[in-house]
Parts: sequence; C-alpha cells; structure tokens
Amino acid sequence: MNNQLANYYEMAQDNTWLSILPEISLGVLALLLLVLELVLPKKRHDLIPRLALWGQAIILVVGIGHSSMGGAVSDLTSFNGLLIHSMRGEVLRFFFLLCSLLVCHMGIQYADRRGLPKVEFFHLILIVTAGLMLLAQSHNFVLLFVALETVTVGFYILVAYSRKSSFSLEAGLKYLILGAFSSSLLLFGIVLLYGAGGNPQLPGSSGDPMNFALLKVFIAANPDNILVLAGTVLVLCGLAFKIGAVPFQIWIPDVYQGAPTPVTAFLAVASKAGGFIVLINLAQGPFAPLKEMLVPFLGAIAILTILFGNLGALSQRNVKRLMGLSGIAHAGYLLLGVVASFTVPWAANAVVFYLFTYLLASFAVFGIMNQLAPMEDGNLSLDDFKNLARENPFYGAVLAIGLGSLAGIPPLAGFIGKLLIFIAAFKAGLYGILGVAVLGVVISIYYYFGWIMEAYFKPRLVSIKSEETPYGPDQFPATSSHRIVLGCLTAGTLILGFYQGALSYLL
Amino acid sequence: MEFYHTIAEALEGILDIVLFRGKALNASLLLVSIDIPLLVAFVLLAAGGLSKKFVRILAVAGFVAPALISVWLWYVYFVGHYSDYAFASDTPTGLENFGISLKLGLNGISLPLYLLAGIVGLAAGIYAINSKVDRLRQYLILLLFMQGGLMGIFASIDLFFYYFFHEIALIPTFIMIAVWGGRGRRSAAMEMAIYLTLGALLSLIGLLALYSGSGLNSFDIISMREYFSENPLSEIFQDNAYALLLFGFGILVSLWPFHSWAPRAYGAAPAPVAMMHAGVLKKFGLYGLIQIGAPLLPFGASQWTGLLIWLALGNIILIGLATVGQRDLKQMIGYSSVMHMGYAFLGIACFSVIGVGGAVLLMFAHGLSVALLFMLADCIYRRTGTCEMHEMGGLCRKMPVLTCFFAMGVFANAGLPGFANFWGELGIFIGIWKFQPWLIVPAVAGILISALYGLRAARNIFFGDLPKAFDEKTEMGDIRFGERLPALVLLTTLILIGFWPRAISDTLDNNLTALYPSNNPTLVIEEYPIPQDLIFDPLESEKLDENLPPSRL
Repeated sequence: MNNQLANYYEMAQDNTWLSILPEISLGVLALLLLVLELVLPKKRHDLIPRLALWGQAIILVVGIGHSSMGGAVSDLTSFNGLLIHSMRGEVLRFFFLLCSLLVCHMGIQYADRRGLPKVEFFHLILIVTAGLMLLAQSHNFVLLFVALETVTVGFYILVAYSRKSSFSLEAGLKYLILGAFSSSLLLFGIVLLYGAGGNPQLPGSSGDPMNFALLKVFIAANPDNILVLAGTVLVLCGLAFKIGAVPFQIWIPDVYQGAPTPVTAFLAVASKAGGFIVLINLAQGPFAPLKEMLVPFLGAIAILTILFGNLGALSQRNVKRLMGLSGIAHAGYLLLGVVASFTVPWAANAVVFYLFTYLLASFAVFGIMNQLAPMEDGNLSLDDFKNLARENPFYGAVLAIGLGSLAGIPPLAGFIGKLLIFIAAFKAGLYGILGVAVLGVVISIYYYFGWIMEAYFKPRLVSIKSEETPYGPDQFPATSSHRIVLGCLTAGTLILGFYQGALSYLL
Repeated sequence: MEFYHTIAEALEGILDIVLFRGKALNASLLLVSIDIPLLVAFVLLAAGGLSKKFVRILAVAGFVAPALISVWLWYVYFVGHYSDYAFASDTPTGLENFGISLKLGLNGISLPLYLLAGIVGLAAGIYAINSKVDRLRQYLILLLFMQGGLMGIFASIDLFFYYFFHEIALIPTFIMIAVWGGRGRRSAAMEMAIYLTLGALLSLIGLLALYSGSGLNSFDIISMREYFSENPLSEIFQDNAYALLLFGFGILVSLWPFHSWAPRAYGAAPAPVAMMHAGVLKKFGLYGLIQIGAPLLPFGASQWTGLLIWLALGNIILIGLATVGQRDLKQMIGYSSVMHMGYAFLGIACFSVIGVGGAVLLMFAHGLSVALLFMLADCIYRRTGTCEMHEMGGLCRKMPVLTCFFAMGVFANAGLPGFANFWGELGIFIGIWKFQPWLIVPAVAGILISALYGLRAARNIFFGDLPKAFDEKTEMGDIRFGERLPALVLLTTLILIGFWPRAISDTLDNNLTALYPSNNPTLVIEEYPIPQDLIFDPLESEKLDENLPPSRL
C-alpha cells in the first residue's frame, strides 16, 4: 500500500499546474459566466459578453505572452507524460485563443441580431477552446481522446445552437451522428494500438502504450504488425473526419451551411487546426516509423481532398457551402505539408504557418459574411454580395484581400503559406501531389475571383428577395469594434505577406 | 517578455525594409526606386479626402522618382564599367531560414530592363495621370503598385523576390482590366487571371526545383550560379526543370500556342496597363530564361531548343498572319506584341552571346515601341470612339502630329534602322545565321509581315477619305501635351538607342560572355574558328561577317 502511494507521489511530482494556467483560467472564466448570469440582475447582463472578451484578451496577452512565446521551449513532458510542452504547442495555444476571441466577437453580433442567448454560447466556446489547447499539447492517447471529445461535444451543441433554424438543427444531427461515428473509429484505433502495444510477448512493448514516446518505440519495433497497421489507419480515419479529408468530408457542406456563421468559422479554423496539430504530433511521434506506408496513404488522401474540394466549389453559389468546400481543398494542401513532414521535419512548422494565414483570411471573410447574413444565414448566397464594394468599399477591400489570401495570391500571407508547403513537398520529392496542388490552386482562382467579381462588378438586383433579407450592409452598419477587428485581420494578412519575421520563431 | 521582444523585433524589421538603413547610397537608391511607388500608393490608399490635384502631384512623384533613379543607376553602371552585379544590398524579411531575403542588385542583363521599367512606367504614369477616368485615385494606386513591382522584378537577385514582385505587378493588371477595361473586360480578366496563374505557378515550381536541386538552401542567384558551374545538375533533372521554366514562362510571355489570353486582354485593357504589361511585365519570362533558365540549366536548354524554335516560328509566322487579319487596332497591336516575342525566343534558342544579346536589346526596344503604339491607339480611340480600323480614315488632316508619332512607332516596330528594334533584330539574325541558317527565311518573312500590317494600319487610319461622322466631331483635336510628353519620352529613347546601341550592349556583353558561349559550339566549322574575343557589338559583328569567306556554311 505504502509502495503504491510512493509511486503515485512520484508520478505527481511533475504535475506542473502553473503550465496549464491558461486552460484553467479559461475553464474558470467559463464557469464564472454561468454564475454571473444567475447572480447579476437582468439589466446588468450586458456585462457578461464584455467580461468574456476582456477575460480572454487578458489570458491571451498575460498567460501566453508571459509563459514562453518567442523563447525556446524544450520538449518537456509533465503530468507523468500526459502533456508535452513544445514550441509548436505554445504557438497553437496562442492560435486557439485568438480563434475563440474572434469567434466570441462575431458571436455577440450574431446573437444580438437573432435574439439568441449569449452566455451559453461563450461558455461553450471557452470550454472548447480549453479542450483544443490541451489537444495541442497532448502526449498520450487518453488525454488526446478526452480533449478531443470535449471539443467535439461542445461543437455538437454549438452547431445546433440556432434552435429556431431548421438548417441548424439538421446540421447538428448530421454532425452528431457522423462525429460519433468517427470518434468511435478513433477510439477503436486507439484500443487496437493499446492492445498491441501492451502485449508483453511482442518486442518493445511497455506498460503504458498510450504514451506517445513509448508507443513510438513499440511501433518502430513492430512496423508490420497487423494490429498496429489497422489501429493506425483507424486513428487516421477519425482524424480525417476532423480535418475534413476525403472520404470523411461529406458532412462539411451541410454542417457548414447549417451552423451559425461564427460557429462555422470556428469549425473551419479551430477544429481543422486541432485535427492537424494532432496529426502532426502523431506523424512526428508514434507514427513516424510507419513512413513507408503512410506517405502513399496520406498522399492519396491529399490528392483526392484537393480535387474534391476545388471541383466541388466550382459551381457553388451558396457562400457557406463554398467556404466549406474550399476549406476541404485547404485541408488537402495542409495534408500535403503533413505528408512532407515525414521526410522534411520543418514542414510541420510550415503547416502551422499556413494555419495562421488561413486564420487571418478566413476570419476576415467570415466576418463579412456574418455582417451580410440574412436572418436564416444558411441561405447566404453570392447574390447577397452583389455591389458590396460600391456600397461599402471597406467591406469590399477586406473581402478581396481575405479571398486573395485564401487563393494564395502574392503578396498576401496565403501565398507565403502555400509557398512554404510547396517547398517542403518539393524537397520531400512529392512531385505528383505537388502537381495536383498546383492544378487545385489554378482551379480555385476561378471561384475566388468569381466571388470578388460578384462583390465588385455585379449590381444588386432589387427584387422581392431584398425583403426577405433585411440585413444588407446598410441596415446594420458595422460598429467600430468590428471595423477594427476586420482591419487588423486584413493588415495581418498584408504584413505577413511582406514580412514574415513576426512569426519567425516558427520558421 | 520574449513575446514583446518579438513584436519589437518585427517592427524593426519592417522599418529596415522601408528605410534602407546601413546601405551604400546607390544600393539604397535601388530599394528606394521600389519603395517610392509603393509608399505613394499606400499614402493615396490611406488618405481619402485629398484633392484631385494633390493626388496627381503625388502620383507624378511616384512615377518620376523611379525613372530618374533608373537612369542614374544606368549612368553609374555604364561609366563605372561594371561587369557583374553592382549596387548589391541584402535586407532580411523573416524567411532567412529558407534562404530568402530581399537581395537587390543590377547586372548588365537586368540593367536595360530595369531602365525600361523606369521609362515605360513614367510614360504610362504620365498618360494615366492626364487621362480622364472615373475613380482616378484608385486607378493611380493600382498603377503605382504595378510600377513598384516592375522596378522590383529586375532589381532582384533573390529568385523568390523576383517572382514575388512579378505577382505584385500582375494582380493590379487583372483588377484594372476588370474595372476600367473596354469590351469583354470581365471575361478577358478572368481568362487572363486563370491562364497566368497557371504559368506563374509552373515557373514557381521550376524555381523551387532550382532551389532544392542546388541544396544550398538559398534563392540567391549568384551563389546558385557559382554552385552550378562546379556541380551541374543531373541531365534528367535539368531536362524537367527547364521544361517547367520554359512552359511556365512561355505562358506568361504568350509563347505560341499559349498566347490566346494576350490579344484579348490587351484589347480590353486600359492603355497604361497594356503599356506596362506588354511593355515591361511580359519581359519577366524572357528575362527569367536568359538570366536564370539557360545559364543554370544549359543541358536542359539544349534539349528543348528544337521544340522552342518551332513554337517561336509559330509566334512569328502564324501570329504574324493573324495580325494582318485584325480589324481592331488594339487587338492588332496585341497580336503584334505576341508575334515579336517569337524573335526574342529565337534569340534565346541560339544560346550564344550575340543571339541572347539581341534578344535583350529587342526586349528593351519592343517594350518602348509597343508601349508607344498602345498609347497612341488609345489616343485615337478617345478621339474617334472606335477601334475598328476600317471605320477610320483621313485622320492625318485632323491630327498630323499624332500621325507622325504613330508612323514612327510602326517603323520602330518593324525594325527599321535608326530605331533600337533594329539592333535587337540584327543581333538575333546574326545569332540564328550562325546557329541554323535556314531560320533566316521565316524570320525575314516575319519582318515583312510586320511592316505590312503596320503600314496598312497607318494607311487605314490616317490616310484616305475622312468619314463624315468624324468631320462633324469637334473634339477631334491633335495630340495634347499630356499625351505628347509620354510619347516623346518613349520615342526619344527608341531613337537614342537606335543610334547609340552601345549604351546598352557594352554592359550587356560584359555579362553575357560570362554566361553564354560566344558562339554555338556545335555549329562552328573547324577551319574558321570564330575569334574568342568576339564581343557583342552589332556593328563589329557585321564586319566580322563580311570578313568570313562565303563558303563558311
């Protein structure tokens, strides 16, 4: 008994709670919001959104800024190997906090217009963000699964948040069923790996095969074990759902269309980034010895994903579906980076850089979409963008720069992101996929430029439709804070295009 | 604290790019020539409430400064007898780990094109400032962005920035065609955007191939050159990489049969855009083949020469004949510019100092003459309201000075002696004569074709009977000052270089001899070796030709 206690004591030695202070504060903030809703009188409720925003901003600046951003972080594990504190993890924490801040900011506007409750929305966003931040640092399949489920369950609710909209409910149901299915695949894969890795008769087995480092040793010793291969493929399938890679992409257009626009943005950026950071950690950790099998496997998925996304988006006029399908194409480019990272390790950082450029551009575009969305925002179509640039040049410019960056047009940040991934792919010798990616970029010019053309050159039709869609750019002029946020995102896209030193610790 | 430190460092880095700290004067001038148009564009972008007059003054500064700097740097280089990269500077931008940083400098090959960018940019800028368009401020902002990109392309030593500046200049082209263009502007802009993105990406992959093939982890062309001269790439690699560059650049330069975007886009584009794109930006691809492609991948270049010749002949003969059949003036000039690219490709295919030197001279001259023609075509369009040549006639009575300018432009375009184009074409002819003599026949036929369509256009527009509809128009005056000035700038340069080609060819020669064989080695017949000290000077080369016995080939 004493012996066991001593063991536990030893394990608890590296429970460095301070290192996950940002996640803890997010959780506390989330609970505090619920408490405040109970305690505060009704008329003071407008304090809650402000508190949520400022709280996150403080966590972002103080918590992350002070801990380790910019300095070298050695790959320390803590909590008995549950967490790993790496440079990439730190950057991703910053990334997810930024996402949640932007989503909350968009969410205020969204909920105000539609009379939706805000407190629960913030609560869920904060919890999901904390989950994502832990996900980025997980070094153990148990923590990975728990964090991933925290995120996914949060998203089930968020997707169906707009309760009066049938689109939203439908999307929630679809996401729930497919999400549960993919989670079970992932879990099954983990169990197979655990079972194989814990088998004492196999070489390299260990007492804790959930741990990435130990699992890597085991997989390196048994690269041909059928259980290992099946488990790996199942885990990758579960992740493919998160990032929206073929053949697990089919939910994306429907769910993106139905979900409230801020949630769509959150799904498109943060959830995708969460999937990718896990994929990178696995590719550079336990799955690295399986390079021979995974490069062609993931490469084929990347090719199909790029082609599906771009071809699907070509004829799409519903803007949210368009963003979803083009997001699939972006997942394909990112997957190319992951595949390259098996051979060229810095490709993983290129993927993270790409995610940052994707964040800046996507949130700018989603911000405009949120601004223009009709009551039933799933119906937002390219027609709603007609003549936008003439009525509101600021929105026009933000939209054009955001879409240009998504299309990878120099001198915007998106180009640098694509360039780095292409360099990595070239160095890794993935010429075939690179060719497909180039083709994909050329195709994407058509729909991104078509969208810009729509906003700049097509006159708005005055028809019955305009009565159904009361929220044009004139009805709800952007508040100054929205303008500032959109302006900052656009400026970030421009600056990162010219000068990448701001993210130099990544490169 | 590191976080704040990073932000502070980032700000300092941005200041470094803008402020050219710690560099020699001429080197920083190079950076300034790129900065000024971009900065003026940003100022115009930020300041919404400026009066039209002030916008114009600022924009003039944005175009005049790079032009003056380009002339000054040419003078310094010419007088200083430099033979390699001069005015070099290096500014980090945050991608040093990939071997990317803003390295600027000029050598004899890039100098003429840098000068061209300055001069044509000035002419296009003055013309744009004086033209009456809607939303003049936005128009000028985009043109200034283009100008900044153009100056950057030819000043870059770093291949990444070479590509990057090209795209900075290219994107405003699409926008301006789509917004301010003429008939069919949107579909033309879309077609051009998709086509040119494909070309740009192919050439980008080609550049990446060079980058990763060298293993130097550097986009710096100087170090690549040194490395490749000692460790040439494998033949298969050269073959594939050159194909990427050739077809990527080929699409951008409208190599037949990838040319279909060009006449449509030029026909629809507003005049300053057509001037800057056809005049300068399109030379990006040719310059890439001359400065980067052929010297670094000589085996690849030799493998693709056979195909390149036929495609170039497609440009010269097929597009030449298509040009003759055009009725729309702007389309005709667009086709003619596509056609002349064929000569430049032929010059590159020769792979000798004289051929490539001729190609560079022709690029310089053609940039000026095509810009002049596009500008004059727009002047005519603004007066007559039509581009259909058969609807015009007799305009010389109303606008004699314009007629004179146009005739000069046509003569220059056809390569008449006295204009810079002559020396370019002569160099190319000598090059191909030594390379494959039979090519002379289609090449000369092309000259006849270009004289034919040029003179026919001049006759249709300016001579004959004045249509009744034009007789009544009162606004059909002669060329105004705002149009005369840019036309004079372009024409003067054409004639100046026409009479004094050494201004460019001397420095050009110094650089080309280091990169190219002085003659195509496989085709020189043993008994009459060409002197090793053959320098690229069209006059002397001609004498040399006379000295050789006629039985040489």
